[in-house]
Amino acid sequence: MKKILAICLILALCLPLLACGGGETLTLNVYNWGEYISDGSEGSFDTVREFEKWYQETYGQKVKVNYTTFASNEDMYNKIASGAVSYDVIIPSDYMIARMAEEGMLLPLNFDNIPNYQYIDSSFRGLYYDPQDQYSVPYTYGIVGIIYNANVVDPADAGDWDLMWNEKYAGSILQFNNPRDAFGTAMYKLGIDVNTTDKAQWDQAAQELLTQRPMVYSYVMDEIFNMMESGEAAVGAYYAGDYFTMQEAQAEDVDLKFYYPERTNFYVDAMCIPSCAQNQELAEIFINFMLSQEAAVANAEQTYYASPNSLVYEDEGYRAYMGEEAMAALYPELGNFSEQYNAFAFRNLDRETQDYMNTLWETVKIN
Amino acid sequence: MKKKLNPYAGAMAPYTLWAALFILVPLAFIAYYAFTDNDFRFTTEHFVRFFTAKSTITEGGVDREVYTYLLIFWRSLKLAIISTAICLLLGYPVAYIMSRAQEQTQKLLMTLIMIPMWMNFLIRTYAWMTILQDKGIFNNLIGLLNLGPVHIIGTETAVIIGMVYDYFPYMVLPLYSIMAKMDEKLLEAARDLGCGSLSVLRRVVFPLSLPGVISGITMVLIPSISTFYISQKLGNGKFFLIGDAIEGQYVANNLHFAAAMAFILMVILLAAMTLVKYITTRYVYGGEQ
Amino acid sequence: MKLSAKIYTGIILAFLFAPIVVMLIYSFNEAKSLSVYSGFSLRWYKELLRDRNTLNAVKNTLILAFSAMAISTIMGTAAAVGINKIRRRWYRTVMNTVTDIPMTNPDIITGISLMLMFVFMGRLFGAANSLSFWTMLIAHVTFCLPYVILQVLPKLQQMDDSLREAAMDLGCPPFKAFIKAELPEIMPGIITGAIMAFTMSLDDFVISHFTAGAGFETLPIRIYSMTKKTVTPEMYALATIIFFVTMSLLIISNLVDNDDNRRLKESKKKQKEK
Repeated sequence: MKKILAICLILALCLPLLACGGGETLTLNVYNWGEYISDGSEGSFDTVREFEKWYQETYGQKVKVNYTTFASNEDMYNKIASGAVSYDVIIPSDYMIARMAEEGMLLPLNFDNIPNYQYIDSSFRGLYYDPQDQYSVPYTYGIVGIIYNANVVDPADAGDWDLMWNEKYAGSILQFNNPRDAFGTAMYKLGIDVNTTDKAQWDQAAQELLTQRPMVYSYVMDEIFNMMESGEAAVGAYYAGDYFTMQEAQAEDVDLKFYYPERTNFYVDAMCIPSCAQNQELAEIFINFMLSQEAAVANAEQTYYASPNSLVYEDEGYRAYMGEEAMAALYPELGNFSEQYNAFAFRNLDRETQDYMNTLWETVKIN
Repeated sequence: MKKKLNPYAGAMAPYTLWAALFILVPLAFIAYYAFTDNDFRFTTEHFVRFFTAKSTITEGGVDREVYTYLLIFWRSLKLAIISTAICLLLGYPVAYIMSRAQEQTQKLLMTLIMIPMWMNFLIRTYAWMTILQDKGIFNNLIGLLNLGPVHIIGTETAVIIGMVYDYFPYMVLPLYSIMAKMDEKLLEAARDLGCGSLSVLRRVVFPLSLPGVISGITMVLIPSISTFYISQKLGNGKFFLIGDAIEGQYVANNLHFAAAMAFILMVILLAAMTLVKYITTRYVYGGEQ
Repeated sequence: MKLSAKIYTGIILAFLFAPIVVMLIYSFNEAKSLSVYSGFSLRWYKELLRDRNTLNAVKNTLILAFSAMAISTIMGTAAAVGINKIRRRWYRTVMNTVTDIPMTNPDIITGISLMLMFVFMGRLFGAANSLSFWTMLIAHVTFCLPYVILQVLPKLQQMDDSLREAAMDLGCPPFKAFIKAELPEIMPGIITGAIMAFTMSLDDFVISHFTAGAGFETLPIRIYSMTKKTVTPEMYALATIIFFVTMSLLIISNLVDNDDNRRLKESKKKQKEK
């Protein structure tokens, strides 16, 4: 027994060597949202593995992709801003891209290595966060909508942000559990610019959140899935694509419906290369691979978010897979997207406004 | 045999170095960040902010001005103390039963108590959400008995259940390890001298187990005062504890204010623990350790 | 055990295992939901076996936990042996206090403080990847060490010094005397310490969250980062598997233990008979 133990200990001491691996292979560090890529589940396309295979076949060299995930833009930003990590490809949201570009944390891309960029719809070029299209390649985009349980909510009450403040559904309302999105809902409701630097307007929005607080059942992120599916809550705002995931799993006595309020959040998540990258060219080749038809379609089917890639939304198989209802909800009036987007998207707030927002959020939360 | 190299000092050397580098130096970093601003200039503004920042809250329709962070700290402390007390009340008998059982049973119980910790605590907490929800398993079960439903999730009760559940083993293990060392003969002697069971417990078992009680309390109080995941998940995001505040400031990239809050929390806890230790050695053991 | 004691222990164990039962049930859920049960299926187990990223995270978690356990057990045992011999009171108090710090410090503070230091050191030396597997390992060893020390130290204090002295008088060098005479005596403490270190490392999320770097993702970090999209029953399937693996390991080790004990008793009997 003792000898076994001693051997185990010695073996365990050698374990760290396993973690490093080594040799001739190239490594590519990818940092993405959790559950935000087609990973071979249910027999789907395993993006990362396929890339490794494809790269070796094409360039004759082995590549190892270290795929890791983050929970929020801010978590990702903190890790990279610390200067203590090096990632080659990251997929942040728009306002974070603007902030990182402004702070010199992104590398300009060499589009010669990303020929598939041509398939990105023209509405997604020159958006505010990257006006010269230097730093980013759009991955998904979407719109925040309101999801409600039609067995509880009177359809006559639906249609606008007021539903989330409706006394009738007090105790069944879900609100975002992060300051930016939560303040967003209040500001869209009040018709305030979500990027204002006017503190009085932030106060006004905070007041709105305080009025809502007694009616809120829970402040949520991913918990919204379980709570809406089981009928635990009846009203909540979330990203359009996720509505379909919830609908698929809803309980028998729950009937989930969805709509876009008049003013609401438009967002784009895009692939970028941070300045700490160690292999820019490989990163660009990976980004290009992500835009190729097979990978892009698989990712769009997996995430259920809309894709800015024409290879995806024009793909017959994809359209059939999503169904008419989902296509209509995810891709509404693509024509004037950039106009709406530039009007309603989150932008990078200056430090002072951010701090002010966080302080107000603390007040909302301790009430 | 004058001073050669002392083999015992040699054995301790790696640890001493490690402790200095990775226990003490990081604490210095917390202090350094706590007392500097974003440009690393000396400042006490974070401390001023912690102790003076005010906000208005509405309770029962009445507006009240409160000190934001002191209130957050007070609420965390309250929940942590309640959870610790429940852990102690529930855990003490378990540890006692374990320590008096057969050796084989002791081992079995010990492993059974530790096993849940091998499932990560994020998943365990998630499972509690499924149990405690309004339409969750608990309400379905008591519904079968024509009771309820009870609204638990999102209340103080839910947060306390989560804390008690997650930190229960931390209470039982130190209690058990001290009770297992207690000599059965001592208890028998007390019984022979006419002590009832309760009196044996009060006069013999409890005083002897006091060091275990103290380390149990420490090990439950500390993590429950600083948790941020349990309050988010089981508190429906409606509880904002000191852990949430620190994590929130970290997320907002206000590292210096986060460090300052961590520093204050650390100083308060260290002071409290030292005080408790001092009092117990002074008054319970009459100055002897 | 008295009946009342049995009932009480039963209730407590039911409380401790309730979430595990829930995981077990929902891991067989057909739907992608942790709250609506729609029927029995093995879907999530199949998913799990195919999910390279999650399996990789499990592998990483285990590598980290085993390494942290090995290092902290060896270093901690050595430290306990040293601390046990300290005669000067202030020195002993200092060592004890320092050992207590990682235990009396909330994990969020340990995590942030180590992160601040690693980041600072990384900048100082211009390392691009200062947060990595190694920083996580250092962090885990740091918070595991006190558990080992506090398990081993009492065993040393209970021990009779004469054994080792006798061995040394017979010409054993100190290290060998320690291995032969002391180590077997303190073994139970070392094993408990090692198990606790392993458990702590496995269960930790907060400290890993702050000290993790590129390219090394552990299971808790992976689960935490699912907060935008939803945790699937796949994670419950994983927990269920972990549960059954640990249970069977424990049963096996218990059997082996009993075997050992029986053999020990038998050999003692034989010696007596002689």
